[in-house]
Amino acid sequence: MSEPRIGRDQTGPGQPGENGAQGPTAETSLALLVLEDGTVYEGSAYGAVGATLGEAVFSTGMTGYQETITDPSYARQIVVQTAPHIGNTGVNDEDPESRRIWVAGYAVRDAARVPSNWRSVRPLDQELAEQDIIGIKDIDTRAVTRRLRNQGSMRAGIFSAEALHDSAGNRRTLTELLEEVRSQPDMLGARLAEEVTSAHPYVIDPADHGWEGEPVATVAAIDLGIKTMTPVRMAERGLRVHVLPATTTFTDIEQLKPQGVFLSNGPGDPATASAQVGLLREVLDSRTPFFGICFGNQILGRALGFDTYKLPFGHRGINQPVMDHSTGKVEITSQNHGFAVDAPVGETVTAPESRFGRVQVSHSSLNDGVVEGLRCMDIPAFSVQYHPEAAAGPHDSAYLFDRFVDLMKEHQNA
Amino acid sequence: MPKRTDLKSVLVIGSGPIVIGQAAEFDYSGTQALRVLKEEGIRVILVNSNPATIMTDPEFADATYVEPISPEVITKIIAKERPDALLPTLGGQTALNAAIALDQQGVLEKYNVELIGANIAAIELGEDRQKFKGVVERSGGESASSRIVHSMDEALEVAEELGYPMVVRPSFTMGGLGSGMAYNERDLYRIAGAGLQYSPTTEVLLEEAILGWKEYELEMMRDANDNVVVVCTIENLDPVGVHTGDSITVAPSMTLTDREYQKLRNISINIIREVGVATGGCNIQFAIDPVTGRVVVIEMNPRVSRSSALASKATGFAIAKIATKLAVGYTLDEIPNDITKKTPASFEPTLDYVVVKVPRFAFEKFPAADPTLTTTMKSVGEAMAIGRNFTEALQKALRSLEQRGSEFSFAPSDDAAVTQLLDGMATATTDRIYQVQQALLAGVELEEIHRITGIDPWYLDQLALINETARAVKAAENLDVQVLKTAKRHGFSDEQIGQLRAMDPAVVRGVRHALGIRPVYKTVDTCAAEFPAYTPYHYSSYDQEDEIAEHESPSVIILGSGPNRIGQGIEFDYSCVHATMALREAGYETVMINCNPETVSTDYDVSTRLYFEPLTLEDVLEVIAAEERTGGVAGVFVQLGGQTPLKLAQKLADAGVPVLGTSPAAIDLAEHRGAFDQVLKSAGLIAPKNGTAVSFEDAKAVADSIGYPVLVRPSYVLGGRGMEIVYDETGLERYIANATEVTPEHPVLVDRFLEDAIEVDVDALYDGQDLYMGGIMEHIEEAGIHSGDSACVLPPITLGPDMLQRVREATAAIAAGVGVRGLINIQFAVASDVLYVIEANPRASRTVPFVSKATGVQLAKAAALIGMGVSVRDLRGGILPEHGDGSLLPPSAPVAVKEAVLPFARFRTVEGRVVDSLLGPEMRSTGEVMGIDTHFDTAFAKSQLAANNPLPTSGKAFVSVANRDKRGVIMPVKRLADLGFSIVSTGGTADVLRRNGITCEVVDKIAATPESEGTVLPLVESGEIALIINTPSGGDARSDGYEIRAAATSLGVPVITTIAEFGAALQAIEAQRTHSWSVASLQEHAAALHSAGLAVAGAS
Repeated sequence: MSEPRIGRDQTGPGQPGENGAQGPTAETSLALLVLEDGTVYEGSAYGAVGATLGEAVFSTGMTGYQETITDPSYARQIVVQTAPHIGNTGVNDEDPESRRIWVAGYAVRDAARVPSNWRSVRPLDQELAEQDIIGIKDIDTRAVTRRLRNQGSMRAGIFSAEALHDSAGNRRTLTELLEEVRSQPDMLGARLAEEVTSAHPYVIDPADHGWEGEPVATVAAIDLGIKTMTPVRMAERGLRVHVLPATTTFTDIEQLKPQGVFLSNGPGDPATASAQVGLLREVLDSRTPFFGICFGNQILGRALGFDTYKLPFGHRGINQPVMDHSTGKVEITSQNHGFAVDAPVGETVTAPESRFGRVQVSHSSLNDGVVEGLRCMDIPAFSVQYHPEAAAGPHDSAYLFDRFVDLMKEHQNA
Repeated sequence: MPKRTDLKSVLVIGSGPIVIGQAAEFDYSGTQALRVLKEEGIRVILVNSNPATIMTDPEFADATYVEPISPEVITKIIAKERPDALLPTLGGQTALNAAIALDQQGVLEKYNVELIGANIAAIELGEDRQKFKGVVERSGGESASSRIVHSMDEALEVAEELGYPMVVRPSFTMGGLGSGMAYNERDLYRIAGAGLQYSPTTEVLLEEAILGWKEYELEMMRDANDNVVVVCTIENLDPVGVHTGDSITVAPSMTLTDREYQKLRNISINIIREVGVATGGCNIQFAIDPVTGRVVVIEMNPRVSRSSALASKATGFAIAKIATKLAVGYTLDEIPNDITKKTPASFEPTLDYVVVKVPRFAFEKFPAADPTLTTTMKSVGEAMAIGRNFTEALQKALRSLEQRGSEFSFAPSDDAAVTQLLDGMATATTDRIYQVQQALLAGVELEEIHRITGIDPWYLDQLALINETARAVKAAENLDVQVLKTAKRHGFSDEQIGQLRAMDPAVVRGVRHALGIRPVYKTVDTCAAEFPAYTPYHYSSYDQEDEIAEHESPSVIILGSGPNRIGQGIEFDYSCVHATMALREAGYETVMINCNPETVSTDYDVSTRLYFEPLTLEDVLEVIAAEERTGGVAGVFVQLGGQTPLKLAQKLADAGVPVLGTSPAAIDLAEHRGAFDQVLKSAGLIAPKNGTAVSFEDAKAVADSIGYPVLVRPSYVLGGRGMEIVYDETGLERYIANATEVTPEHPVLVDRFLEDAIEVDVDALYDGQDLYMGGIMEHIEEAGIHSGDSACVLPPITLGPDMLQRVREATAAIAAGVGVRGLINIQFAVASDVLYVIEANPRASRTVPFVSKATGVQLAKAAALIGMGVSVRDLRGGILPEHGDGSLLPPSAPVAVKEAVLPFARFRTVEGRVVDSLLGPEMRSTGEVMGIDTHFDTAFAKSQLAANNPLPTSGKAFVSVANRDKRGVIMPVKRLADLGFSIVSTGGTADVLRRNGITCEVVDKIAATPESEGTVLPLVESGEIALIINTPSGGDARSDGYEIRAAATSLGVPVITTIAEFGAALQAIEAQRTHSWSVASLQEHAAALHSAGLAVAGAS
């Protein structure tokens, strides 16, 4: 698609926005979602106004928008929610998955006017505006989703208010907006973990999460974009978790004498994470038990010598079926990944980095066969591509944290 | 785990007649189950007494038993068929209860039949409320505080502890029958008293009231590998206190955070495991305290339910189909998702649209009934709509109800009216949604309405948004793009916009089309567009992108019948489904438009394309336009879905749409009294004397000239809505005064009422040349009882060959005179050997499925092909028999009896008494059963048993009849006494019986005594009376009769209200006493008919 188009209501470059379909009480401020293939969706401004750029991706969860927007893995992405009503339960202070909203932009169909939930403390649009997150509403999110599904995730921009005009006050043409969209760097090759990680280490104590008695073990968790719930799930199982910045070195880790090392989820292209891959190889060489989630799975894959690649439109939702090959059982998982590990499913192979021994794909997607988990047979390391901490999402995979605890116990006993 | 290879034959139990709480949804799930089993190469045996279902079509099972669903009958079927397994989870509570009984009686063990898809222990854990409380606790959930009681004394004790209000729920009843809210001791006596009777285990649960809490339901599936998925979450707009079947419900949940939702999901998964649901579906209901978030588990159903059908339609995830596959051994990950093809069923559907279901009620049929909505389900049907947001879905759903006033209107209310609205909405009734919307329109604060109704503020704001949109439409200077788009986006119809702008809806439509504002059609795909969908299951939305693919050949569009209602139910869906099946087989691309989630017609793979849309002119025209622009339209069938599509015929023709089959002009000819009289006249036929009236003066003049009693009714109605027998001028005046409320555009018809006439019903096919008589049915009750409520028998048992010949000739003359192309239904009355024509309906009738099952000929399929130009002659030797027809059945043909099933026990007056069960010209039955056997007596007995109204073979019979029946009652009562029944009677009837040598115990007339002591009432209440014969007359005896019938209805004692029915019942009682029943499948009956000469290809 090279010709700029506006959905069905084409009004031609330069004059978008005459036919907007806003609610009678919504601010009538025009907003445009511009995809790099030239497709333009016309809606109304939502949250903050201005211009924002990012990779357009769709997320299919019907609940948990607050967790979604605060998931650091969504950094530099414009998230399109397929669920048509967003903001219904407002915003509370318990559900954020990190210290701020990370999405680069937010695209929804129908935004709530009155939030309603016993825990709600303020409306979502207010929260977006306060955190300066530019959004768009009243667009055909299903049309956008179908486009992204067919064409793949692509660079995009949301433009509203002054961003629709140039310095002289004239309406910017679609060609100009498109140029701006296409000027942003691609997600392929993006190094983002360092941008989202916590600058300082902190500790999550099991005693604060209902654990009675002594901690079971100490874990060094490298924050590449970690979600709040991840260390909490570990703490609930008696683990004392040191959350460490993405720049942490092996020496830093050694000083903590952890019984296990954990690599979190995070945004960006795993091919750029050579620092973390190097770090993980040192961990694996030390035979310290290791567990990785999402980005952590990709880094384990790369540390073992496998390649990673970008999926056409990724897996983003909380209904993703995954087969655990060790039990033959299906778990419904929470996923958010645009990249995946390229490893053979259904056979045990020796890792390309042969010093790490044999590896199995432990989990795979039932929808498209993508690798969803790795298990090392000869060293104490495993990882999954999805989110056992859920938040948002089903809790089917929480057993993986138990596996991590067991792995550390076995290793201690051995 | 792959399919089990040890299952060679499976018995499936259906759900029996359509009753409130158990309706067409079980035909949908049952039909899916049968299809899956057949596809898997398993021999399928079905028992279901409901002839109006698709599942009882002989082609869906190898042996189809249209027999009563009673343990005794099923035992005979098991003994005969020796199935390997029994699948009881797809036929509602009826099937589950039958399975439990078969297990308890040792039948399953004796014949080595394995229960699949369920296990008895799990059923008991799920349905026994006390045991279930333990399950909930072990699953990490909480139940409302409650106690089980087995007597009123216990109930009163518990009441002290829990305090009022309290929920009362009898155990093991369906659709919440007998449950209710007790606000005080009086209520408790009433509800718990009846509940103890309803519960087969004399067990009632009393529970802390969680009134006003948010209510949710999760639809779950589990496979043999312990994989569990949530298919759908349904949120009730109406807070706890209203049965979920009577609530406006929404999917997905709109007001839950992920944390709250996951809590419900976790508890549900734990419960399904703890209960041990073997494989298949179940649903779990929750309440959430809106203030604290406390979650309470309400109940679970360990089977496919009404909500499963809704969830299947709402998500595209075919629960019943998959449950059946799981029952025969597959696991979820081995079953492909039909819609995406490439992904498995082991996932959780995600929706990018909003689904709203609204119930449809029939309180107008039961004027004495209390319309308060409680935990006992009272709705008779439902409509579902899909939109891209809640406002669009809600407004589409409301207009799908097809009731006057079902769409929101926006006339302002004055202060007094507002006070009334606020008072009114404090009680949940069918009006509440409108009261809330009107109050918001009048400016009442959202918080106040939330305080009064408990409806979540988010929903209230959505209603406010609709009101604001209406205001904007009204205030706009012009109907411009902006205004129209906004209104359409929030679901406004052209009709509503027209009202707001004082414009004709057609003008609105013209403006809208001129501005290019048209709906697009989206796809229900289970996955929010993450994967391509291969199933064209569409819904409209005013959004940007259209998804309809181009089609190759012009489509044949079938209009469905909308929400089930009394008078227009599953029978019409049956005809629509048959039409689409026949047409697809003949190579046509078919398109179904319907909005009823319970039905087979809205199964996404029944037609080539499905549009889940309201059946209003606007919505239908838009679908037609969409089909037109993507490949063309061959035409539209309006004659299959009952009155709903028929009403659109002329308007569609006016819009240039080709109407297939009988033309709109011909339809009008049959429906218009004057024109129809001309048809009769030229055919040499007579109708009862009649006239039309538009005022009382008119009506009086007509009645005076033809003589009382007269039958009065509005034109263009179904189910006898507003039909009454009027005996004098006062009655006529009252009727006309109310009649304008029925249909203002059409006059009232006044007919001479023929007393003691035999009513005859005919279904026939006509192609312009040849007639095929589908069947002639003789009613058991005399004319005056609505044909839908009357039992009837095919072939006729008392009409002679010359009368049958006259009926045939009359049918041919009328079909030709009207110009029918397809089905026609004609009602005749025979009085003093004169054949009168009562009315003709040029469409598929309610009896088409019954006739088709009884004669083994698929009439609706034939009608569809005739509509496409195929002749009766061409159909002979195929769908139709080579020779003969349904009016010329061989003497050896089986006798089929259709009996109506009535919902009186569901409806209580404001005082808490059952409404009167007297039959009349207005239809009140919700469903029907068929009894089929070699002779009438046994067939009638089977029909009574199947209708849950088994006739006694001994005991006390109470007889009290009107004066005109005193002569006719003597012989049958004598026979009853000879058979060993002891007779109880009152005054006049007792005198007559004694003088005729019949001994009887005499009791006082109820009207004559201030106390019930000494009357028949205590005898009925103590269960001493096994049978009641009570024919009504005017005056005192009528009220006497009400007391007796009310007591009998609440206790389930059979009541016979006509002498004709008494005669039939007596034959049946004798038959039951003298010989045991045999069972035969429809396939066996068809084979017998085949060898006797009524030959249908492939029927053997």
